[in-house]
Amino acid sequence: MSNVPADLRFMKSHEWARLEADGTITIGISDHAQQALGDLVFVEAPEPGRRVNAGEACAVVESVKAASDVYSPVSGEVVAANADLGGQPELINQDPYGAGWIMRVRPDDKAQFASMLDAAAYSAALAAETH
Amino acid sequence: MPFIPHTDSDVRAMLDAIGAPDTDALFEEIPANLRAPGLPGIPVAMNEMEVGRLLMGLAARDGRPLNFIGAGAYEHHIPAAVWSIVTRGEFYSAYTPYQAEASQGTLQLLYEYQTMMASLTGLDISNASLYDGASGLAEACLMAVRANRKSKSQRILLPVALNPTYRDVAQVIAGNQNLAFELLPYDAKSGQTLVAALEKYTGQDITAVVLQQPNFFGTLEDVDAVTDWAHANNALMIGVVNPTSLAVLKPPGQWGQLGADIAVGDGQPLGVPLSSGGPYFGFMATRTEHVRQMPGRIIGRTLDLDGKPGFSLTLQAREQHIRRSKATSNICTNQGLLVTAATIYMSLLGPHGLAQVAATSMQRTQQLVDALTRIPGVRLAFDAPRFHEAVLLLDRPVAPVLEALARRGVIGGVDISARYPSLGHALLTCATETRTLADIDTYARALGEALRNAAAAA
Repeated sequence: MSNVPADLRFMKSHEWARLEADGTITIGISDHAQQALGDLVFVEAPEPGRRVNAGEACAVVESVKAASDVYSPVSGEVVAANADLGGQPELINQDPYGAGWIMRVRPDDKAQFASMLDAAAYSAALAAETH
Repeated sequence: MPFIPHTDSDVRAMLDAIGAPDTDALFEEIPANLRAPGLPGIPVAMNEMEVGRLLMGLAARDGRPLNFIGAGAYEHHIPAAVWSIVTRGEFYSAYTPYQAEASQGTLQLLYEYQTMMASLTGLDISNASLYDGASGLAEACLMAVRANRKSKSQRILLPVALNPTYRDVAQVIAGNQNLAFELLPYDAKSGQTLVAALEKYTGQDITAVVLQQPNFFGTLEDVDAVTDWAHANNALMIGVVNPTSLAVLKPPGQWGQLGADIAVGDGQPLGVPLSSGGPYFGFMATRTEHVRQMPGRIIGRTLDLDGKPGFSLTLQAREQHIRRSKATSNICTNQGLLVTAATIYMSLLGPHGLAQVAATSMQRTQQLVDALTRIPGVRLAFDAPRFHEAVLLLDRPVAPVLEALARRGVIGGVDISARYPSLGHALLTCATETRTLADIDTYARALGEALRNAAAAA
């Protein structure tokens, strides 16, 4: 059973998001997603300063099995990317909700964050997916 | 590894297993009006003996002319051992293996090929080949768009002195993916791409700059200046190179201060016969930092569970069987058979032998130019240093002169007047190490006579 922290929001495509005190949103992939992908070997994060739209593919996580897109849950500007993943993509496997964060976006409209799935809804979506 | 098609009983057993009456039933979802009713214009099947006779007859019509055409494909001596080894059953499949790791010998050969090409281009890593040089350039342009994350424009600068066929193919393949190509002119006196023409793009968003070395005219370009301009303007540098020339010229990995980012070209000069235009193969090499954006197959060396060395496909997650529509390419394959020939060719010649081929070809072309430009009505178009090809300007239209030469058994070169009208009556000609001084003399006498006859008839 994968870990779904109660204080985060999620997308059906298995991204998580956290609203930071400074108004930015930190984005990564869920514990379920990292388990499904297996050992990650490469992460391509977006360049800070890039404009992204909600639902736009803006990062790629590559495991030995597949290369998958990571979608932004909100429209806005990328303000940071996790540089540690360049040398240590396995941080996503080890700590998907902490040291394995992928990027930080300053949202144009925080309502897009509020409309994401909460932990209970994401857990229900995961349960439905496995049945 | 045997590649044996299914027998009738295999097919019957498979159809029975899925409950289909015959193979036609498998295509029922394609509407009848979209199906080809057969192949009109294709003659009835012939047996091996009949086909052999037909093809020998067609080949005999070519005769054995003396060939002075280059323009992208070059007649070099191929040691007899090359194709005797290539046609061994163990190697004789034109295609990339599907159960790749079961074919360790094939993978080892491809790995050796990649190592040789990386060494020849001076770059970190080579893929296992592409279709040909022209589609390789299109792939390099698409790769540059993915790899250059500082650029959003998808604008790529192409020299007019680039092989025009490559320009056409790049436009067809990449132009439909919203890449915009802009042309860099060449200097009318030297035949080199004008470095000064880059100035108007300084400070603009340019994704990549392409330079061919030697260029289509055989002229050597100022690769250092163009590469440094590209990097100073956040553009990637793509080098289109002749692999033979790399034995004597500075490899793309050493162009300018940082080196080119991607090198592509046609591998035909490395042991592949002209064969009336193909099949050939393309090569591509790049720096490690761009490897995940490189299309095509890459073979890696690894250790198995028992610690023994072995070879496997690597970085496959970028490829079309896994990444589908978002793969690095959906139009590429490798050219296993031709790469096998190239690998054996390079291993038989070695770096010194390849350098001798290059140096002798340069010398023969110089001798050809000297002999032909002594003829009244023939002069050299460009004065910059060249490799093994040159543009000559005639005092009258080129096509009838080439026809007159052909009647004397000499294929004199390519009439490039239509592609480069500002040059006038322009003939692109080439001599490799396979042309002797006697061959050059034959050409010179035939050309002198053809021009005298044409002048007399006029």
